[in-house]
Amino acid sequence: MSGYLEGVLVLLAINVVYAYAAFLPIAAGQLNLGVAGFAAVGGYASAYLSTTLALSPLIAIPLGGVAAGLVGLGVAVPVLRTRGIYLALATFALGEIVRASILNLEVVGGAAGYPVTAFIRLPTIAMFALGVTVLVWLLFATRFGIAITAVHDDERVADLMGLDVRAFQVAAFTLGSVIAGIGGGLYAHHFSYIEAQYFSISLSISIVLYVLFGGTQSVIGPLLGAAVFTLLPELLRGSAQWRYVLFAAILIVVMVIRPQGLITGAQIRRLLGLRSSASQKERAA
Amino acid sequence: MRLEVNDLHVRYGRVHAVRGVSLTVEEGEVVAVLGANGAGKSSLLKALMGLEPAAEGRVILDDADITRWPTSRRVRQHLALVPEGRRIVTSLTVHENLLMGAFARKDVRSVDAEIADIYSRFPNLAARRDAFASVLSGGEQQMLAIGRGLLSAPKLMMLDEPSLGLSPRLTNEVFALIGELNRSRGLAILLVEQNTHKALELAHRAYVLELGRKVMEGLPSKLRDDPSLRDAYLGRAEPRKHVAG
Repeated sequence: MSGYLEGVLVLLAINVVYAYAAFLPIAAGQLNLGVAGFAAVGGYASAYLSTTLALSPLIAIPLGGVAAGLVGLGVAVPVLRTRGIYLALATFALGEIVRASILNLEVVGGAAGYPVTAFIRLPTIAMFALGVTVLVWLLFATRFGIAITAVHDDERVADLMGLDVRAFQVAAFTLGSVIAGIGGGLYAHHFSYIEAQYFSISLSISIVLYVLFGGTQSVIGPLLGAAVFTLLPELLRGSAQWRYVLFAAILIVVMVIRPQGLITGAQIRRLLGLRSSASQKERAA
Repeated sequence: MRLEVNDLHVRYGRVHAVRGVSLTVEEGEVVAVLGANGAGKSSLLKALMGLEPAAEGRVILDDADITRWPTSRRVRQHLALVPEGRRIVTSLTVHENLLMGAFARKDVRSVDAEIADIYSRFPNLAARRDAFASVLSGGEQQMLAIGRGLLSAPKLMMLDEPSLGLSPRLTNEVFALIGELNRSRGLAILLVEQNTHKALELAHRAYVLELGRKVMEGLPSKLRDDPSLRDAYLGRAEPRKHVAG
């Protein structure tokens, strides 16, 4: 495999992980603009663990996810008191606080950045991405998926069905933070160096865009969105410096044509519906 | 199961929606709450379900004071509300909406059989099992909402305007279903309705609210004959012609 191809696939895998990190809260009706902050917590925590304690990245990265999840859990309760644009602003502020804190944290290099000695390659990163994808897909195949959809669509009805709406929102937010932390850990251990600047608001916004672009109503959406955002700019390389203009133009056109994202729950059901109606006929026969 | 409400008040900011209502629903009873728009009927049900806090007063279920209980705990204590406007989750399938109704249940095993029972009762729902609930008609959505409510295994079911937006034929079907559930399962019913005629046909007892206060209570036969209620809510036997000005 060429270095270029491996580089693209690594980015794809990391972006898929990030996309699921943003997808979980979005599926529960929360716009989290602080994904980069949680990625930073996971990235720095795992890098610190693997560098100073010589832990294997295979252990350090999940622990980084746990660290990000703990921060997520700690802030979820106060932050989720806000809604809509205020929640977006609160999470944005949170991400910036994390970034500013890291800039002042000399133990991980401060503004100079932090070199990471342990190194992981594409197979490990792809394994993590696959694991996160399978985990989220399995989760949405259980009643958690129905519950999250109910919470997203109509909190009051979810409440009436005896669901603890708050607990589901906190769980979605926290689990999203864990996944963001894992994404940050993967990034840190592949690029061997992290700096606070990388985990900026523009990273958070890009990640949210993957999900909005791919579709927020199904678990395929984030995968699709991350793939388009990672691969399309590469495919447009032929047009040299105009490629980002082209890329942006394509995004705008798609969002105008399909504001609900590339793929919706209805489309997936239609695809699956072919199968289930066939099996119904079998049952009837 | 017996529900007792003592001097309940509900406030939304400066709006005093329910002003000291007391009522009871005895085991296996059908009780109607009547009144015009803005009488506080929906606010009353919301407070009984814990969706709105009670500003004053007490709600007692059997021997437990449930006034401050969260909704989920009331659901587990076999209280259910079929909300106004049905509030089906349209981005879920018919089947998923039913499954949702059973979320608070611990005896998961019997749920499948109960869903099958609901499907045999409503073949229209069975035929659309895997379709999005958005494809259902208003009447089918109401049946789904009642089915979803039943799946939480209630002993007291509260229904907020189940006939809203339904044709007379469908209204009859919904009321027939409610009556049948009451007789066959002993399910106690607290029914809020603007369709006073139908509600009084079904109910064992009724209350009338006006601007948040209870103004009348009693047997349907008595309320039907009450001249002030007849004027206010039942309409005259002969439709009056409205004179402009």
